[in-house]
Amino acid sequence: MNNSFLRISIWVYLAIFFAYLLGPLVIMSVTAFNSSGFPRMSPWECLTFQWFGELFQDQRILNGIKNSLIIGAGTVVLSVAMGLAGALLLTQIWPKLRATYYTIIIAPILIPGVVLGISTLVFWDRINRMLGLGADSFLSNGIFLTVIGQSTFIASYCMLVLVARLQRYDIALTEAALDLGATHAQAFRKIMLPFMRPAIASAAVLAFLASFENYNTTTFTFGEYPTLTIELAQKVRYGITPAISALAFIIVALTVFFALLNEAKLKRQELVAAARKQATVEELAGKIRLPSFFAGNMAAVLLVMFAVATITVVGTATAYNPAQCIADVREQKQLEAETRIQKLRQLREERRKQREAEEAEQGDVQSTPKPSNNSGFGNVFAPNALDGDDGDGASDAENPPSNNGGSGGVFDPNSLQGDQ
Amino acid sequence: MSAGVGVDLENLWIRFGDFVAVRDANVNINGGDFFSFLGPSGCGKTTILRAVSGFLEPSEGNVLIGGNNMKGIGPNKRPTALIFQNLALFPLMKVWENITFSMEIKGASSAERRKRADELLEMIALPDQGDKLPSELSGGQRQRVAIARALCAEPDVLLLDEPLSALDLKLRQHMRTELREIQKRVGITFIYITHDQGEALTMSDNIAVMRAGVIDQIADGKTIYNDPATAFAASFVGENNVFRGKIKRVMGNEALIATNRSGDLVARISTANQGKMKEGDDAMMFIRPEALAIAPDGATGDHFVTARVNHEEFEGNAFNIFTEGDGGKEIKVSLPNLGQSFEDHTGQIITLEYETRNAVLVPAGELAAE
Ligand SMILES: Nc1ncnc2c1ncn2[C@@H]1O[C@H](COP(=O)(O)OP(=O)(O)OP(=O)(O)O)[C@@H](O)[C@H]1O
Ligand SMILES: [Mg+2]
Repeated sequence: MNNSFLRISIWVYLAIFFAYLLGPLVIMSVTAFNSSGFPRMSPWECLTFQWFGELFQDQRILNGIKNSLIIGAGTVVLSVAMGLAGALLLTQIWPKLRATYYTIIIAPILIPGVVLGISTLVFWDRINRMLGLGADSFLSNGIFLTVIGQSTFIASYCMLVLVARLQRYDIALTEAALDLGATHAQAFRKIMLPFMRPAIASAAVLAFLASFENYNTTTFTFGEYPTLTIELAQKVRYGITPAISALAFIIVALTVFFALLNEAKLKRQELVAAARKQATVEELAGKIRLPSFFAGNMAAVLLVMFAVATITVVGTATAYNPAQCIADVREQKQLEAETRIQKLRQLREERRKQREAEEAEQGDVQSTPKPSNNSGFGNVFAPNALDGDDGDGASDAENPPSNNGGSGGVFDPNSLQGDQ
Repeated sequence: MSAGVGVDLENLWIRFGDFVAVRDANVNINGGDFFSFLGPSGCGKTTILRAVSGFLEPSEGNVLIGGNNMKGIGPNKRPTALIFQNLALFPLMKVWENITFSMEIKGASSAERRKRADELLEMIALPDQGDKLPSELSGGQRQRVAIARALCAEPDVLLLDEPLSALDLKLRQHMRTELREIQKRVGITFIYITHDQGEALTMSDNIAVMRAGVIDQIADGKTIYNDPATAFAASFVGENNVFRGKIKRVMGNEALIATNRSGDLVARISTANQGKMKEGDDAMMFIRPEALAIAPDGATGDHFVTARVNHEEFEGNAFNIFTEGDGGKEIKVSLPNLGQSFEDHTGQIITLEYETRNAVLVPAGELAAE
């Protein structure tokens, strides 16, 4: 009784926790498929893939992705190299200064990215000037500065990952290689590097992701090469569209895909290792039967399901045409808008009549204009604005700045002028 | 076999800061010998081995291999191969790749390496195990792979750092004979490090007994066991009973000692100390448990010891009697089990006798910790 209560509590807690973690992502992903011009889930208008099309036609976004990839690659190379050097120094060369050295090398993680960005900019600008180079030298190039700036702290992350692995490295392995005639370079390449490979891969992925999502530092250093995050931030400033949801959805899907792929591979390695350990009899007979990729591999099964789902969705997307649905919705909205306008007119008419009647009664009392319900900011806070069924988004194109449009108005600079 | 390459240590000192790990070691190891360094943990055995293999520069003195001074020559240029205390097999390489690593370095083809690996695997009695990873082998198999890997480099001198310490007793004993056989077959010099006197005695041509950075005695196993040069060597190698006292009279190679508890006893001065001990010197007399026997009651003289029996035990091949002894230490008497009947002496005072040649006299000195 008590026990089952506990169990239920745990499940409820987990549900809330995951809703909190993943809810925003799920909602954002769903909005990418709604034809509404403002990213939202309800009311659901029409299933559409148009935002993906729009995304891939947006030159700025595409350019941002390209810059992010270039900078990501540069950061991976630089950070992993510096991280590895730092880790080697920490674990092998100066064991006595370890604590001090560790603090120094970890410091960049604790410094706000904004500070790193500014200091990178200032520092390299100084160097640029000292060397007497012009404003267009590579030292003031956005890609160079961003890679350098991001690497200042991403290298520290990489080092942490690499140190963890290096601490499990037995220096006797290097000595054994030397003893067997290897040079120091050979011992490093053939023994230590293979041992470090998994950690280097993790560090590279980590570095890439950290670089890809970085905004704080990049915002000071990007120069002529805005990254994806920079472009997104600039876009959001001028209003948000579901094309950004589409991008978010793609990123989420890719993340899930790679996570599953990695999991499936790890699981397989585990299974193979287990099989090798067990294989004694068969192996003496010269044949080890390795488990197939899917046997007992949940992640692999999910991966396949994922792939099938992707193919289905893409297939539907190319065949599916929501034009009719969108037209219907538009028509309905127009109708709604018209009826509302009529109601409004009626209301005004009534008020006018009332006022005239009052004026007639009171004679020439000064009339103070009352704030109308559908003006300026008031609109945003008006509860009925949240219903959001007034014309906006898709219909915006047709009914230019009606400006009584839901919360979307918040992001729309025009709303600041309001319809006064 | 003197065909092999010898190793000489000349006035070798190794310091770590103020700490002296090896103090003035002088050792000549003949080519083709199985030579052991025997000493307790932390006495500097590994340090000596690292100096020979080139991982450590001596603070003073020289290491000569085949008569050539090795000063400034790195470990990858010396004709030695080291088997590490923890083996240090490459965990990510298969067994055959491990074994032929030294060939890979020299650029040998995969086929050549495979062939050589198969030969060596045959030799260490692990055929068809080449495609396993080291982690998939048992401790003893790993041990043999480490040996094969070292032999594959075709060293003139093989250095082994307590290679059997991680194995269980049965396997250890098996590997002792196997190692000795391998050494005879390949005919190169083996320098073997151990803190296990049984290993050293069974395998070695010559043994150096080490104590806290100092080499106490270099000799073959029989000499070390029967004719130790120092109190440490006598107490570290095998079991021994100690009788402390002062020399009362020196008679050629024998001496009469006034012992602290057992009266005047006669002993043979150990070969290394003959002519160096004189009347009045503090001395220690050592008698092995198996060299003591029970004498008829009432016997007296300079090779009889009386003592009260504390307890007794039956060990299978022997019957052990423990009596009160010198300095709080018990005297152990080990009577071989030849089918005779043993009486219970617990609590009684018994008389023990020994032959003079079995009582060895050395200058008083530090004893090995139990
Ligand atoms: N790099 C070092 N720095 C300082 N002291 C060291 C160093 N290496 C060894 N020592 C010291 O030298 C002494 C001898 O060490 P060594 O490793 O040679 O012992 P060992 O005889 O091989 O012992 P064991 O049987 O436990 O392996 C020890 O007291 C050790 O603390
Ligand atoms: Mg050691």
